Amino acid sequence: MTYRARHLLGIEPLHPTEIITLLDLADSYVDLNRQHKKRSDVLAGLTQVNMFFENSTRTQASFELAGKRLGADVMNMSMQASSIKKGETLIDTAMTLNAMHPDLLVVRHPHSGAVNLLAEKVNCAVLNAGDGRHEHPTQALLDALTIRRAKGRLHRLNIAICGDIAHSRVARSNILLLGKLENRIRLIGPPTLIPGPMAEMGVEVYDDMREGLSGCDVVMMLRLQKERMDGGFIPSEREYYHRYGLDSEKLSVAKPDAIVMHPGPMNRGVEIDGTLADDINRSVIQEQVEMGVAVRMAAMDLLAQNLRAGAAA
Amino acid sequence: MTQLFHNARLIDPEAGTETRGHLAVDAGQITAILPEAAPLPPDRFPLVQRIDCRGLCLAPGIVDLGVKVGEPGERHKESFKTAGRAAAAGGVTTMITRPDTLTPIDSPETLEFVTRRGLDASPVRFASMAALTKGRAGQEMVEIGFLKDAGAVAFTDGDHVLENSRVFSRCLSYAGALGALVIAHPQDPGLSRGTAATSGKFAVLRGLPAVSPMAERMGLERDLALVEMTGARYHADQVTTRAALPALRRAKDAGLDVTAGVSIHHLTLNALDVGDYRTFFKIKPPLRDEEDRLAVVEALRDGLIDTLSSYHTPQDEESKRLPFEEAASGAVGLETLLPAALRLYHAGVMDLPGLFRAMALNPARRLNLPGGRLCPGAPADLVLFDPDAPFVLDRFTLQSKSKNTPFDGARLQGRVQGTWVGGTRVFAP
Repeated sequence: MTYRARHLLGIEPLHPTEIITLLDLADSYVDLNRQHKKRSDVLAGLTQVNMFFENSTRTQASFELAGKRLGADVMNMSMQASSIKKGETLIDTAMTLNAMHPDLLVVRHPHSGAVNLLAEKVNCAVLNAGDGRHEHPTQALLDALTIRRAKGRLHRLNIAICGDIAHSRVARSNILLLGKLENRIRLIGPPTLIPGPMAEMGVEVYDDMREGLSGCDVVMMLRLQKERMDGGFIPSEREYYHRYGLDSEKLSVAKPDAIVMHPGPMNRGVEIDGTLADDINRSVIQEQVEMGVAVRMAAMDLLAQNLRAGAAA
Repeated sequence: MTQLFHNARLIDPEAGTETRGHLAVDAGQITAILPEAAPLPPDRFPLVQRIDCRGLCLAPGIVDLGVKVGEPGERHKESFKTAGRAAAAGGVTTMITRPDTLTPIDSPETLEFVTRRGLDASPVRFASMAALTKGRAGQEMVEIGFLKDAGAVAFTDGDHVLENSRVFSRCLSYAGALGALVIAHPQDPGLSRGTAATSGKFAVLRGLPAVSPMAERMGLERDLALVEMTGARYHADQVTTRAALPALRRAKDAGLDVTAGVSIHHLTLNALDVGDYRTFFKIKPPLRDEEDRLAVVEALRDGLIDTLSSYHTPQDEESKRLPFEEAASGAVGLETLLPAALRLYHAGVMDLPGLFRAMALNPARRLNLPGGRLCPGAPADLVLFDPDAPFVLDRFTLQSKSKNTPFDGARLQGRVQGTWVGGTRVFAP
């Protein structure tokens, strides 16, 4: 089974084999990206528009680079400063853009479900680059690729996701993806940052770092999303760091070869110790960024193939 | 005798019975209920208008407590004319309209304006509720006495919770002295602020800010404590969760003058119906999980919850075609209340007299209105319907100006065949 969907809106609708297809293709793009001449033309003639309704540096850069390396014409639209401020609705913005015939639309939006809404109204393929607290599928895919390359497999691993789960779309997409591939997932964080019903998602919930990290293969740290906190989730950053910040002492209870991940941008000294983040023997944070470009190339390649197949049919 | 509804299945919510028979109407009032075997005046008798009910159900017209009409301020969403037509088509013979308009109905002058508009344009009866505090801002009470004299049947700030308990207790005391009914939205404002869904696995998966169902219990417990303190007449607009029911039971057992309602949407839909961020399913309070829905259905059947209404809230397309969190809340319901309620009848959980007790008799009684009954002396506000007729709802066939129904494309059973207000036919299919 190959990847057939028209959009990439989330991990939830994906079949495990679709995920594997995507990751396999991404692997080949990792090789391409490491060559001197990093150029393919599978998206030649196609137009990719990056529409970011929320600040982003790394994700937008990653999508832009991915598109350019595949030969697409890439346009960045920073929606924060544009017509939305003048009162235009999301749908109108989408319709306006749709009239310009883009082929791939990469969207980030501060509200859950906004990308799904937009996808209903346009003719092109839509990639979700993060919507509210809902999903961030390419982040989960790049995390999966990083884990698979570091661990040699992507099943039956003990994976801990730590920190601000409540506000994290990365956590949701990762829980869904890693769960579909039969891994054991543990969520670790203060109860104020892990919604109670999370426990029903086939995960184990811990509020103690050492207990939760014990025997883990993979430790994923999440950024404390200060901008989404509308009041009193944690008493202070220093207490948070003391109890939930990852340092080598807390990491010592995980497996000796456990890898440390972070989707970035990091708050050093809040959720992760700076030295540990830079430890090339444990931290794969830089690899995650590298895999990000490859995964986004693979996703856009597959969606473009489906676009062509749709046009031919 | 001027009208004779013969060969009807008479639904009497007061007696709790369903009988075959005939109903006689004179000068807008029901004058007699005749058994099936009673001799009827001959066909040629000229002064009698005979209406053959063909064995279909004849029930007292629905008294819909909590209808939002967009007048004043939002006529593009719903006017008295369109709301009245929708009501007639849905078997609603009295709309109890909400004061959460733009501007709010918080002065006798606004109330008078609305009443005049309604009398000019609405084919069905209506009665207005007034705001409890000026501007629904929760600071100063409205002129409860003047508004009551001007015809306000109840006082409510709609879905604005009156946060300041001191202000609320004074409003309750003052209204209580006048015998005015206060209707409140039981909800803890701190927990529910900024939320769009009920907490649960589904809300987590969809990444929606969610409120615990416990917030409803907390709001209700506070309100009931204040009612105990002040002795006011109190109605909770919508009780939609399991957790709130014991508090309601305790208050009723303690003899407080307390009643509660629920919307048809909370009885027939649950949180999962939101699906892929379908904003027509965004209502206030948000849809609950299935256990809550079942508990509330049970409470309605037992009579713990008294009234069932549509909470008709028209919203235009623009305010719904937005990301879920930003989209407006509410659903239209005047025309779908009866067929949706009949889902409970077809599922075998409620009988027809029970449904009409909740939809017609209880709201009329609570507001001291004469309707909701099927007995001599009651107004001839009637609905004739076929409880079995199946149809698929197309939202663009609705009479409402706004088409935001969660039942679009739903398979429903039960069609209204005629609606009469004071003996005058206001709807025919």
